[in-house]
Amino acid sequence: MKIHLSTTALALCALAATSLGHAQTAPAQALYNRSLAATCANCHGTDGRAVAGSSVLPLAGLDRNYFVEQMKAFKSGARPATVMHQISKGYSDAQIDTLAGYFAAQKK
Amino acid sequence: MQRRSFLQSSAALSLIGLGACATTSVPSKAKVVVIGGGYGGATAAKYVRLLSDHKIDVVLIEPQAAFISCPISNLVLGGSKQIGDITTAYTGLSKNHGVTVVRDTASAIDTARKTVTLAGGASIAYDKLVVSPGVDLMYGSIEGLQQAQAAGQILQAWKAGPETLALRKQLEAMPDGGVYAITIPEAPYRCPPGPYERASVIAGYFKAVKPRSKVLILDANPDVTSKGPLFKKVWAEQYKGIVEYRGQHKATAVDAKAGVVKFDVQEDVKANVLNVLPSMRAGGIAVQTGLNNVANNRWCGVNYQTFESTVARDVFVLGDSIQVAPAMPKSGHMANNHGKVAAAAIVAQLSGWEINPAPMLTNTCYSFVDNKNVIHVASVHEYVAAEKTYKTVAGSGGVSPGPTELEGVYALNWASNIWADTLI
Repeated sequence: MKIHLSTTALALCALAATSLGHAQTAPAQALYNRSLAATCANCHGTDGRAVAGSSVLPLAGLDRNYFVEQMKAFKSGARPATVMHQISKGYSDAQIDTLAGYFAAQKK
Repeated sequence: MQRRSFLQSSAALSLIGLGACATTSVPSKAKVVVIGGGYGGATAAKYVRLLSDHKIDVVLIEPQAAFISCPISNLVLGGSKQIGDITTAYTGLSKNHGVTVVRDTASAIDTARKTVTLAGGASIAYDKLVVSPGVDLMYGSIEGLQQAQAAGQILQAWKAGPETLALRKQLEAMPDGGVYAITIPEAPYRCPPGPYERASVIAGYFKAVKPRSKVLILDANPDVTSKGPLFKKVWAEQYKGIVEYRGQHKATAVDAKAGVVKFDVQEDVKANVLNVLPSMRAGGIAVQTGLNNVANNRWCGVNYQTFESTVARDVFVLGDSIQVAPAMPKSGHMANNHGKVAAAAIVAQLSGWEINPAPMLTNTCYSFVDNKNVIHVASVHEYVAAEKTYKTVAGSGGVSPGPTELEGVYALNWASNIWADTLI
């Protein structure tokens, strides 16, 4: 009886973990994406809209494929940089894809 | 020139002061109250509004009329920037984002009743509280410093503002052939590369205007705590005969009249301008509330996934007041990132959504070595749930190969964008 209960509890725990990991609600996912993009805002502006006259590329409205290609080029060293070769290596391919989608959807 | 720039700066400050007098009345309650309008608090206030689609009301409590940035303030000391260049009004937060900005000081927090009392007498109830008061300078840790500071004789200028201008005046008044000495406390302190940047920028000013003068760096740490090889190369080459670095110099006392600083072991040092930085701890209101539960009660422990205090529920501590995770500097860039993670967690909690299981932080610290050339250190940090802390992402981050003017352009670009991201 005791063993049976524990097994059920374990199964429930596993179920809970799965739903937490994979079934994020749409608003929670949107919040996650926007928060990830906010880590770029210090240099590239809130939501990728850099201040007028800025010397860095505004990310808002950037083509999705171009964003991914450039981040990969920074990572590989194909595109020389002062700091982006060091920052880009902090993001996984999946995160870069999320960022690309987020910024492509932002108004310039 | 000196008089003109001082007048310009004063005019800029008083204009902002007049604008901020027209603050709204203090609400008796708010979903989110933020104490402190620095890089951490102002960012949290703005991002709670942004991330909630402006549905969650936010009150920001800040005693200063305008935000004056510590990053770039060393260029004001060097003379290439004015205080107005590093000043941003708080009106962007109210006009663009609907944050209620209250110009007052939080005098007490009741974490049980969830209220904040203001020095002006008003009381505000909160659902979630953000505490981002920066650092307090522990004047008492160096004998005689409190009095010397109050008399305006030995300054810190470690919070940008009037002291930055006062220290600039001391540097301008110093004769050619004089000595400027900066003492650095043991880490951790606000802005690890800041003292070395300051020493370098001031050396650049001396080299151009009073080349027989000297810069002495007296460091309580055994060696340069940030960008060491880069700074040392600059001092050895660009500032040969001007800058001298001495490690293991822990300041214990000052004699303002004699212009002398004393150390625990090493010999006394005499200088024309003394810039003595004492040890630092979490800001006063955090200490008064008992949020400073770590490292001999100097810093505030937080749950790094949300920045919620490990002492008080629904209280989030940001920026320089916290006990940092490994390799996390006490920097404005980092505080801005803390603000975003906390804002997202607060919005998620108040909305009943799942909290981000893996928040990310970035950091880029640019340091000027003169009024144009810059070096940086950068890092990317990810929250590792299994270890409940942030770790730098393997292979990411690093420093500049050497100072360049191009990085000088990017440093000023960083400043204008982070000021906008935090305040506009």
